[in-house]
Amino acid sequence: MSDWELVVGLEVHVELATATKLFSASPNRFGDDPNTNIDPVTLGLPGALPVLNGHAVELAMRIGLALNCTVQPCTFHRKNYFYPDMPKAYQVSQYDNPLNVDGWLELPGGKRIGIERAHMEEDAGKSTHVGGSGGRVHGAQYSLIDLNRAGVPLVEIVSRPDIRSAEEARQYVTELRAILVAVGASDAKMEEGSMRVDANVSVHHPGTPFGTRCEIKNVNSVRSLGRAIEYEMRRQIDLVESGGTVRQETRHWDENDGRTHTLRTKEDADDYRYFLEPDLVPLAPSADWVEKVRAALPVLPAERRRRLATLTGQPADGEAVSSVVERGQDAYVEAVAHVGGDAARALVYVKEAFADEGDEPRVPAADIAALTQMEVEGAVTATQAKAILADLLAAGGGDPAAIAAAKGFEAIDTSALEAVVDAAIADQADAWAKFCAGDGKAMGAIVGAVMKATQGKADGKIVTAILNARRSS
Amino acid sequence: MSPTSVSSVAAAVRSGATTATALLDEHLARIAGRESEIHAFNLVTTETARAQAAAVDAAVARGDDPGPLAGVTVALKDNMCTRGIPTTCSSRILDGWTPPYDATVVERLRAAGAVMVGKTNLDEFAMGSSTENSAFGVTRNPHDTARVAGGSSGGSAASVAAGFSQVALGSDTGGSIRQPAALCGVVGVKPTYGYVSRFGLVAYASSLDQIGPFATSVEDAARVLDVIGGHDPNDSTSIPQQYPSLVESLGRDVAGLRIGRITDLPGGAEPDVLERLEAAFDALRAAGATIVDVEVPALTYGLSAYYVIAPAEASSNLARFDGVRYGLRVDASDTNSMYGATRAAGFGDEVKRRIMLGTYALSAGYYDAYYGKALKVRRLIHDDFERAYQRADVLLTPTSPCVAFPVGAKGDNPLAMYLVDVYTIGTNLAGHPGMSVPYGTGADGLPVGVQVLAGTLQEPTMFRVGAALERSMS
Repeated sequence: MSDWELVVGLEVHVELATATKLFSASPNRFGDDPNTNIDPVTLGLPGALPVLNGHAVELAMRIGLALNCTVQPCTFHRKNYFYPDMPKAYQVSQYDNPLNVDGWLELPGGKRIGIERAHMEEDAGKSTHVGGSGGRVHGAQYSLIDLNRAGVPLVEIVSRPDIRSAEEARQYVTELRAILVAVGASDAKMEEGSMRVDANVSVHHPGTPFGTRCEIKNVNSVRSLGRAIEYEMRRQIDLVESGGTVRQETRHWDENDGRTHTLRTKEDADDYRYFLEPDLVPLAPSADWVEKVRAALPVLPAERRRRLATLTGQPADGEAVSSVVERGQDAYVEAVAHVGGDAARALVYVKEAFADEGDEPRVPAADIAALTQMEVEGAVTATQAKAILADLLAAGGGDPAAIAAAKGFEAIDTSALEAVVDAAIADQADAWAKFCAGDGKAMGAIVGAVMKATQGKADGKIVTAILNARRSS
Repeated sequence: MSPTSVSSVAAAVRSGATTATALLDEHLARIAGRESEIHAFNLVTTETARAQAAAVDAAVARGDDPGPLAGVTVALKDNMCTRGIPTTCSSRILDGWTPPYDATVVERLRAAGAVMVGKTNLDEFAMGSSTENSAFGVTRNPHDTARVAGGSSGGSAASVAAGFSQVALGSDTGGSIRQPAALCGVVGVKPTYGYVSRFGLVAYASSLDQIGPFATSVEDAARVLDVIGGHDPNDSTSIPQQYPSLVESLGRDVAGLRIGRITDLPGGAEPDVLERLEAAFDALRAAGATIVDVEVPALTYGLSAYYVIAPAEASSNLARFDGVRYGLRVDASDTNSMYGATRAAGFGDEVKRRIMLGTYALSAGYYDAYYGKALKVRRLIHDDFERAYQRADVLLTPTSPCVAFPVGAKGDNPLAMYLVDVYTIGTNLAGHPGMSVPYGTGADGLPVGVQVLAGTLQEPTMFRVGAALERSMS
């Protein structure tokens, strides 16, 4: 029985990067002292009423449009349940009429994952359970509640069950995160909880109906997501193959033991008693507004990868291209190419041109362009170029040609170099004999000697070419 | 003799002919005289009132205009939030809670120069029709203290009827302003849904709740509504437009207006009440109006729909009273037990009954049969009323099927109590305005109210008819 197929759908919650909360003027800010970003609406005080944050709606529309969804007139519902960090005892969410429906996300390899909906809702507060094991409420002596997060605007993005491997799930979340950051909707940090992923996992044999799914919660990184899905797939297959059946339930991923554990079964699921939120009116974004938001969308990561791949000759789904796009540094590479630099070389230098995680390049694109030009023309070697780059970084820019001259990096002319190589062959007779006998590694000692003699100014490629020519003559 | 109308009081205070402080003292003296037998108030805010009156007088002395309600005393139903002053909803669950903010209506009244004398008693969370469901005791009818003042805004109605305050605010979810107004012999208005901001009104049933005034005259009610009405950005359901002044609509007569008689009005009204309704039709006909017959067939189901929708919303609105953040907390071994113990101790029977009803109506498997069906009935009632308003400018009905009943008479029978709202509830479901105008007396010399109903934002016509009825009595 090896023809099992994994079926995964992902529910991703993202906190929107608004200045204020979804229904009140309190700041939406992570990391402040507990219970400082609060007001009567956040606290659910009697008589307080929600007022919808227009910027949150705009960010939610950006997400929907970036995911190729239809933006439609929508309504808000109340999802009723008791929990101490839910001050009104209901969460305002969208139910049967969400803002965004029917879209898709394209994975780097080209596969499309369907998006069922991307709806708006408010976040709950944060409970910290003290005195129990592992921070769980069970066995805790008391709980602390921080309502700074209560009322923070969220968009929940629900995929269709189109994902077929843990790797696809990882790619989906990575790509989704890149899109969310690109459109400025969220900082989408899984570690800080501004992006939270739940996975619906089931297994079946292709051609038969989907199996019973389990929802996996508490997945806190892309890596954990892959591990949790792989574990859960194995668990379900083993269960069915040993004659058991999968129960529909919510399971908790335990990062420490690498397993999922039953959190609650379908039978103890809450009845949320959804009904239309009477304190809000229906939301119907005008066609004008939707088009304005659509027109203002930036170029999305998939298109940026395609552009960078074309420019540099590297594969679009390769690490070099995707990591540069992910860091948002592709525009810099394009700028280097635009002023006559070599895009492929620029792709190599771009990461260093920026400080770690910094937004601003440390060196003007024109300087890097000049450097890559010199390199391509053979005016400097790769090793020399690195040394020049280090100077450029230290000084915040400069004229690479002047730096090369100051360092004495003028190119050695080939006839002079041939003499140095011949001297090195004579000096390293053993290595030369091995090289001629077919031991390619032996070339290193000779090249090293040439470099030493020229203080690193020789172009390694030319040295290799001379050596090969000498051997075959 | 002190001035009695809102306009004459405000004029006298603004001109310096009298002071807000002197007027307040007269009202405080009346409260001292009869409050112990009537119990209109949960709290008489003497100190705050004196400070507000002094501020009004100081403004006049400076040459500033304190506003159109200068020196007018007002009582607030105790489900409207007042900064720094306890707001109880006549429930133990809010024990010890003091709002950190004012309701929008409270801000507007203060800005207009009104002086708040106190917070009035109500049926707990506005659930009831007699102000007997209060955790703090019954409010009695100033016309006969053996009888109820009506409810749920019984304290506000009694306050105006007893002269404790010149005007008052109540909230009306199924008749809670109009019915006590009728029983206490004062004017009570439930405006169009969205006319007055609900920000700071502790919610009972959010899609039905609406704040409105009590007064001794139609004109006074119009003056208060002109101050508290109007769009509020803090309430998403408040209507985003300017309203015409209601005071200006009062002078016009009713000649040519079409007054609707609902021919299929649900039965149950007492003969003395129906007699006064006929007198009202006669008076309007005599004033030049035409009486036309209309049908509102779905109204028969109004009470049933209301007692699904209102409890459903209440079950959600009142879920926040859980002992975690404010109000009463009864400690127990774990969170769920604490919720249970707190709510068991904090809520009265009627509140618990409606929370249970509403929770059931919204539950999976029952939603379609109850809540879903009630919403359909609500739509039908709205549409039936709209059709009626194509034939008639306003409709005339009894406000309450009976005059004030003795305290305790319906206490054991919730259904009999619910029936008291049979004529008022449909208006809330439709979102339309309605007002009760005192129209003489019925059995035992007790006040009878006639109800004027109108379509969405037709308050000017409604007030015109109300004023005509009032004139016909003088």
